Amino acid sequence: MLKAHYKTGLVFFPAFDWAIDPTHPEREERLLYTQDQVFEEGLLDIEDIIEYKPDIASEMDIKRVHFCVPDVFSVTTKSHFISAGGAVTMGRALMEKEIDRGFALVRPPGHHSMRVVHGNRGFCNINNEAILVEYLRRHYPVKKVAIVDTDCHHGDGTQDIYWHDPDTLFISIHQDGRTLYPGTGFTDELGGANAFGTTLNIPLPPLTSDEGYLYTIDHVVLPILEEFKPDIIINSAGQDNHFTDPLTNMNFSAQGYADLTRRLKPDIAVLEGGYSIEGALPYVNTGIILALAGLDYKGVVEPGYDAARMAQSADVTRAIKGIGDVVLSNWKNRRDMQEKIRGNREFIERRRNIMYDTDMIYEMQKDEIRICDDCAGALKIDSSADTGHHILGVQIPVHACPKCVEQGYEWFDKASTGPYDRAFLQDRPKDEYLEKILKQR
Amino acid sequence: MLIGLDVGGTHTDVVLIGPDGPFREVKVITDTSNLFKSVLSALEKITEGIDTLQIKRAVLSTTLTTNAIVTDQIEPVGMIVVGGPGIDPEAYRICPYFYCVAGAIDHRGREIDGLDEVEVMDAAARMKADGIRHIGVVAKFSTRNPSHEIRIEKILAEYGFEKIFMGHRTSGNLNFPRRISTTFLNAAVYSVHKNFFNAVKQSLAEKGLNIPIHILKADGGTMSFSSSIDFPGQTILSGPAASVMGAISSAPAEGDVIVLDIGGTTTDIAVLINQSPVLEPLGISIGKYKTLIRSLKTYSLGVGGDSVVQIKDGELVIGPYRKGPAMAYGGSSPTPTDALFVLEHIDDGDAEAARKGIQLIADQLGLRVEYAAERIFEKTCNMILEGAAHLVRDINSKPVYTVHELLEGYTVVPARILVLGGPAKYFVSHLKKISGYSVETVPRWGVANAIGAGLARTTCEVNLFVDTEKGVVLAPEENYTKAIRGAYSYADAEETAFELVRKKAAKNGAESENLQIEIIESLSFNMVRGFRTTGKNIRIRAQVKPGLIEGYKAL
Ligand SMILES: [Zn+2]
Ligand SMILES: [Zn+2]
Repeated sequence: MLKAHYKTGLVFFPAFDWAIDPTHPEREERLLYTQDQVFEEGLLDIEDIIEYKPDIASEMDIKRVHFCVPDVFSVTTKSHFISAGGAVTMGRALMEKEIDRGFALVRPPGHHSMRVVHGNRGFCNINNEAILVEYLRRHYPVKKVAIVDTDCHHGDGTQDIYWHDPDTLFISIHQDGRTLYPGTGFTDELGGANAFGTTLNIPLPPLTSDEGYLYTIDHVVLPILEEFKPDIIINSAGQDNHFTDPLTNMNFSAQGYADLTRRLKPDIAVLEGGYSIEGALPYVNTGIILALAGLDYKGVVEPGYDAARMAQSADVTRAIKGIGDVVLSNWKNRRDMQEKIRGNREFIERRRNIMYDTDMIYEMQKDEIRICDDCAGALKIDSSADTGHHILGVQIPVHACPKCVEQGYEWFDKASTGPYDRAFLQDRPKDEYLEKILKQR
Repeated sequence: MLIGLDVGGTHTDVVLIGPDGPFREVKVITDTSNLFKSVLSALEKITEGIDTLQIKRAVLSTTLTTNAIVTDQIEPVGMIVVGGPGIDPEAYRICPYFYCVAGAIDHRGREIDGLDEVEVMDAAARMKADGIRHIGVVAKFSTRNPSHEIRIEKILAEYGFEKIFMGHRTSGNLNFPRRISTTFLNAAVYSVHKNFFNAVKQSLAEKGLNIPIHILKADGGTMSFSSSIDFPGQTILSGPAASVMGAISSAPAEGDVIVLDIGGTTTDIAVLINQSPVLEPLGISIGKYKTLIRSLKTYSLGVGGDSVVQIKDGELVIGPYRKGPAMAYGGSSPTPTDALFVLEHIDDGDAEAARKGIQLIADQLGLRVEYAAERIFEKTCNMILEGAAHLVRDINSKPVYTVHELLEGYTVVPARILVLGGPAKYFVSHLKKISGYSVETVPRWGVANAIGAGLARTTCEVNLFVDTEKGVVLAPEENYTKAIRGAYSYADAEETAFELVRKKAAKNGAESENLQIEIIESLSFNMVRGFRTTGKNIRIRAQVKPGLIEGYKAL
């Protein structure tokens, strides 16, 4: 009889009655064949692979991460609460030492959701990984976290949430943004002035295969993780690098995904994208579960896989090496580069425009961080969208210094004199989330 | 009239039931080395002086196949297994004659690798040469497309094996490793089951008793002996089912009830919802085998009236073993039954011996003998209630896969306990006091198991799978495949599923007026390829609900 080498928790929540719309890639059918494969393989009968029913995330769990406009319930459905709750279930089981590793095989996904949420972007409304991480930081002695995003799309939402957090190392490996949604995630996106270098992007050229991907894991990701020494590693386990995925152009295989998982050894993996629902997902998920459990996955080969046809060109190999070198050099020089950006400024401002492709919302955002050597810094976000909402969001970080706490409240108090219809405050040290309605719309 | 018979570890109970209820009951001592004798003598005694033409059926629940498996007295079986992408099927080697052959079917039932027929023939020749007579054939995803299993059976047929079991006929559920063990067990107990009941039938016939024989299954339903020959695995672990079915008539029409069958060594716990027993999601586990054999969900706790009571590291420990009867009945170590003797002043045994036994425990605890007895009994009750709570938690934490079920799904909240088994009546007031539930014994608890077997409805399950993009409707267990021409809706699928259940139930010996057919799982998906809807994928699981037949009173 098979027995897992690592006690592996699994939340399987395919949300068979939820879709963005009937023919959308994020529809009821998405995990149907994955369920068939997982059930037929008998994975849930393997000793020490333990299936958990997902918890339902609370409104508080979401507010700890997001400023939802106008409120949490307006931008979410029940399914989002369950999907995020499923990630939290795995985190809690891990911390309670019921499991060694966990996999939240849940939908809908979340890695395109940023701190401010006006609606759905890139099939995502709320960020499951961030909700999990901040839940763990609130309830357990977890400080340093690494999130490695292996979805084919840039994890721009997670990047946004952790842009200013020096305790969270965010590494996104994805298909080059010049060739794929959301068009960001270049090597020079490295984080804010208090957390420079703890955001790292590794854009890979189209047609990267197992070889190039695993090279990046071995030579770039693992050495950086080794140095950062996170308390836990989260994997945003998107599966759209697969050679059969209809939305992307990569040449990754089920074996590649299993190998990647074995090397990365994530404490918790959370499913993100992946839309080749018959040809990839059943096999990739089986491979990931077996790899997490420390079991042999050599037999998990999807129909139609031809290693020779998937071999990457010398050009691609060269490009991947070059990108890895840039990322490593940025990581090495991050402190000097941070000093340069800071100069002797007290605050640093950044302006962006954000597109919500699914809900067709256009947002203009301005954020301001207090430069601080004692904590992650108080953060102020001014966000207006063509829905008519204009909000102010203030974050006082988990381990805020007294000055940043004071700054946060000062900003929040002053909001009533601004152009805002709502103001939000995340007081993370107190785990309190305040809201002011300033104008009725 | 009906006969219900339940072979237990110590007694074989048999009842004769008329429209107004059971009117004759007989207990014979079970001869574990000769079950045949026990069954036959029980049947002879119960029919003495009765016009046996009036007997519509006799339902038998035996420990025959269960014992054969637990004691490993099963015949050698050969297995041919077809894997495909995923875990190497060698991991599921269940017996020495276990052959993995090349071939693969995917999750939608498409052949992605042809069957290696030469490997099949090689395996067949070797098994034939070594005298193997019974073969199990299992392919991954055979419930989506059984063609490889069917082809292998055709090849094997030329070698003249006695009996071949195909995985897709044993269950329509997905789970390749369980399908392997289920098919294996069916093949392994085939002869012992067939020979036993043929012998019973023949002996009865010789005595002029031509009673239709039905068998109780682990899901609390019955099937005729003739249809059980192809599915002998379904008779495994029918014992707990008999008791649970016996409790049904005492349960309220609505509400959740815990059933406790308190025996000598163990307490078997089950849950009824609105008079229907809760079933295992997939199937029974027996010994090292996890199966797809439909079964009631029961939890067996190593605590009973004869459990050994001892002090370990200063702690009172009850069970999980039985060393013999209670000291009150000539045993050598104290038991909860002995504690009852001290507390309840029972006088149908040796009260002095019981008291002596409990005194041993009392001395180690530094308590008066009455207090020690109370501690022992209270701990026994607490362990049983904890076991019940564990089962309820287990049922309520069953994963679900839709938002609706997760938010609105049924939660079991029992407020009532039904107790049967030897010491049942002594437990009622204590269990009531500790739990706060309403607690009652099942009337005629001594033979409720036999009554349960006698009155159990004929049950069956059908799994229907529709893929309109491929143009196929499939119910593999029923050997049903149909090509779809034109439109096919969910309503069509439901109708087909109901029809198949009706047919299967009739074949298993059901009387049509008793059928209660229900859909227990249903999923319907639009299949979308390239932003266009290209078909429907429908899965329906339908069953005859386990319950009691109409027209007879249980009490
Ligand atoms: Zn993606
Ligand atoms: Zn500060």
